[in-house]
Amino acid sequence: MNRRGAPDRVFVLDQAIKVIYQSILVLALYFVFAGHNLPGGGFVGGLMVGAAVSLRYVSGGAEAVRTTFRAPSHVVLGCGLLLSSGTALVPVLLGGAVLEHGEIEPELPVFGKVKVVSALPFDVGVLLVVVGLVLMLFAAFGDDLPIESAESTAVVNASDNESDNAGEST
Amino acid sequence: MFTLLVFHLVLGVAVIAAGRRLGRSGFALAGLAPLATVVWALTQTDEVLDGEARVETFSWVGGLNIAIDLRLDAFALLMVALVSGVGLLICIYALGYFQPHGPGDVVKDNVGRLAGMMTLFAGAMLGVVLSDHLIALFIFWELTSITSYLLIGNDDINPRARAAALQAILITGMGGLVLLAGLIIIGQSAGTYLLSELILDPPTGAIVNTGLIFVLIGAFTKSAQAPFSSWLPGAMVAPTPVSAYLHSATMVKAGVYLVARLAPMFALSGNWRLVVLTVGSATMLIGGLRALRQHDLKLLLAYGTVSQLGFMMLLFGTGDDHIAQAGVVLLLAHAAFKAALFMVVGMVDHQVGTRDIRKLHGFGVSWRPALVAGVVGAASMAGVPPLFGFISKEKALEGYVDHGDFVGSTVILVVIVVASILTFAYSARFVLGLFGAFAEPEADDLSHVARAPSFGFVAPALLLTVVSLGVGIAPVLVDRLVKASTVALHPAAEPKHLHLWAGFTSAFMLSLVVIGAGTLLTLLRGQVSTAQRSASHALRFIPTSEQAFNFLLRAVGFTARRVTGFLQNGSLPIYVSVILMVATGVPLVAFAGAWSGFGDVVETPAHVVLVAMIMAAALGASIVRRRIAAALMLAAVGYAMAGFYVSQGAPDLALTQFAIETLSTVLFVLVLRYLPATWTHRAPAIAAPMRIAVSMFVGVAIFVFALVASGARSDVPGPQQSEAMVENSLTKGKGRNVVNVILVDFRGWDTMGEITVLLVAAVGAVSLARSGRRSDEIGAPTFEEILDPDEPDDFVDNDGPASPLVGNESSGGIS
Repeated sequence: MNRRGAPDRVFVLDQAIKVIYQSILVLALYFVFAGHNLPGGGFVGGLMVGAAVSLRYVSGGAEAVRTTFRAPSHVVLGCGLLLSSGTALVPVLLGGAVLEHGEIEPELPVFGKVKVVSALPFDVGVLLVVVGLVLMLFAAFGDDLPIESAESTAVVNASDNESDNAGEST
Repeated sequence: MFTLLVFHLVLGVAVIAAGRRLGRSGFALAGLAPLATVVWALTQTDEVLDGEARVETFSWVGGLNIAIDLRLDAFALLMVALVSGVGLLICIYALGYFQPHGPGDVVKDNVGRLAGMMTLFAGAMLGVVLSDHLIALFIFWELTSITSYLLIGNDDINPRARAAALQAILITGMGGLVLLAGLIIIGQSAGTYLLSELILDPPTGAIVNTGLIFVLIGAFTKSAQAPFSSWLPGAMVAPTPVSAYLHSATMVKAGVYLVARLAPMFALSGNWRLVVLTVGSATMLIGGLRALRQHDLKLLLAYGTVSQLGFMMLLFGTGDDHIAQAGVVLLLAHAAFKAALFMVVGMVDHQVGTRDIRKLHGFGVSWRPALVAGVVGAASMAGVPPLFGFISKEKALEGYVDHGDFVGSTVILVVIVVASILTFAYSARFVLGLFGAFAEPEADDLSHVARAPSFGFVAPALLLTVVSLGVGIAPVLVDRLVKASTVALHPAAEPKHLHLWAGFTSAFMLSLVVIGAGTLLTLLRGQVSTAQRSASHALRFIPTSEQAFNFLLRAVGFTARRVTGFLQNGSLPIYVSVILMVATGVPLVAFAGAWSGFGDVVETPAHVVLVAMIMAAALGASIVRRRIAAALMLAAVGYAMAGFYVSQGAPDLALTQFAIETLSTVLFVLVLRYLPATWTHRAPAIAAPMRIAVSMFVGVAIFVFALVASGARSDVPGPQQSEAMVENSLTKGKGRNVVNVILVDFRGWDTMGEITVLLVAAVGAVSLARSGRRSDEIGAPTFEEILDPDEPDDFVDNDGPASPLVGNESSGGIS
């Protein structure tokens, strides 16, 4: 992918990615929220965000990935796991079974009647875990953009087989 | 009772936490715990000795019906008095022992820690003797092992101390695990884990007999019985207060205690008596013989302790109440004289700097109090009237003479007499050693000029001496305690009074024989030691338990190294092949039986196209030379699979598959750029035909799985699982998307597990990446250098601190 001197930024690429990035995030949100009734879900949503992050990497290098979220990537991942396991355990505290789900249907000003299922935070947790994983992988294996467009050799690394773990786990 | 245990815990932790600042005075603080226990025990005395038991219960693991049931009966009271009484004296003694001069200096830094740890040990030991529930007893039992380990190894810069500690915990820990198995067998067979209920209706049967053997092994390891006795002499590297407390007076009696508790219930079942009496006899004799050969006073006492523990096994293990009463007396007497003797050895060690009898030339006048304690203690150990030890030995002989009506009791009686002669002889050796009878003329004459120990240092030993003497003259002092303890062990027992003078009984005659023969042995000590040396030379091919232990340890290490070297040879191709073959081969055996032929080969025309794509891409992935091309080919396989899902009407799966393929290809490429662009087969670990065979095998196996697994669904009778899920999706899962409801609800646990796997994978990947970069920092050859030695290395090192999980700020280029 590298090995050759690259210009610092490609303007068209950067601008296009800015637009696409936002759109993908919206799509991912849609997948998460619609997932309970239509195709989608937290996992797919997370993969979408991951794909969007990879676009940011292409345009801005590891630095862009690192600044995707304010929180460090491992915090994103941990929060996701916390949210999911928390959702699984809250029903136990309320006297139900693990992962028992409930729903509420509040009237919201713009959206009208919205059905909120307690599976949603669980799904959001899954999304955060996937996103956190992708962020961590980019941070671990990705590089920053070269400050000068000098010929530079890739950083040596001794691993090649974990990038697809994300894909095979669920 | 529970409060006391918690008090020990809190105090112990507090003293450890403040260890460095407290130093020696930690023992003053630590002494509060045994003091409180002694005071509390005294308040309970009347009630408990009248036969009432104090009971406290705290629910612990409710689901398994495990509670901390504490029960204070008379025998437990005796043990509490022993643990806390001796503990209190040891704390006072330790204040003197760790005075800042002499060899105590070596462990000065750790003294506070030692004090706290001893408090923790005292709490655990109290737990052992107070527990009525077998599992709680086991937990406390293990806690004593662990604290013992830490106490032996307290001087952690001394490799001998560490080795001895390791040996102790390996042996007692192994025994503890066996014990747990035994206790569970007994508890499950009886339907109760409470000692107080077990004694009412002890279980029987072959399985119980096996369980009892397990329990006995546990008890033998703890009480240093042959052939598990090697750890106890080794444990003598610990400071003397620890040895006196744990390894003579209290902890090593835990095994005896357990045997004492269980013998009334199980002495007649299985091989209990045979095993206990054989092991006890062997231990008593071997311990005595080895004690007779020691030059180190402390080791002499340690082997003496081993011998006495065997003696106790012989008394408690029979299950006869009269003999058990003798065991109760011996338990008390032994604690009194052995703790005092250890204290004397500690004083000698501390003031003179050696405890080798070849270097002791006798002591000055000011040492008299300490010497009195030593002589009286040794005399009590030897069974000389009118001391406590004499009473216990007399009682034991009387028990075996009058009530030994089981098979082999005469043999045991002979063993006891012979071992008692040995006991007399090594006790005499101890005394003679103190007075310089074994001194070598050329050795430095330090002991004559050594400063006598201060009063506070001697006082605990003197107090124990007074006990040995006082109870010996007036055994009525402990009469009530001993009787009540015997009744607590054997509810049907009618224990007799203790007497100093019971008339010219056969027991008394045997005592005279012991003393006479012991004196003879002492007078002939030169010949005896020559005989022992030649005997041990002749028997040198029989390994000692120490050698056996070391051999076992080395054998385990050797086997582990060999197995690891064979299984983990470091070749990634071999690892992958083995893992794949096992992971696919094992299920294949099960699946192949369910093979039901091919289903419909082609359902729609789209399948033909998709299959062609998959096959072409898969074939291409395996033959292209460039890595990235292969990764893209794999992605093509994945996309075609997604196409399959679409054609079968599974948009969710297709969506996920597309997303995964996209992302994993990106990540693939991200990582692949660290590797050479093309594959290089410099030295393939596995020849190509082998690789192809493995690949073919895995492919065939997966093919069979897929067909059999999808076919297996139709074998399920009744409403199918998938249909049930579709039906329940909206009503129970509150969602119309069945796939998602399965993920978050029906199979929510699976998802939980999967995201945990993701987390582990992320952490693993990051640490792998970091370890790869770390090797740059220390200048080791990097992975790329190994692969491509020709490539110029103008790589810029990473800089700046990184967060623990991310952050590898290396510069490099991306396209």
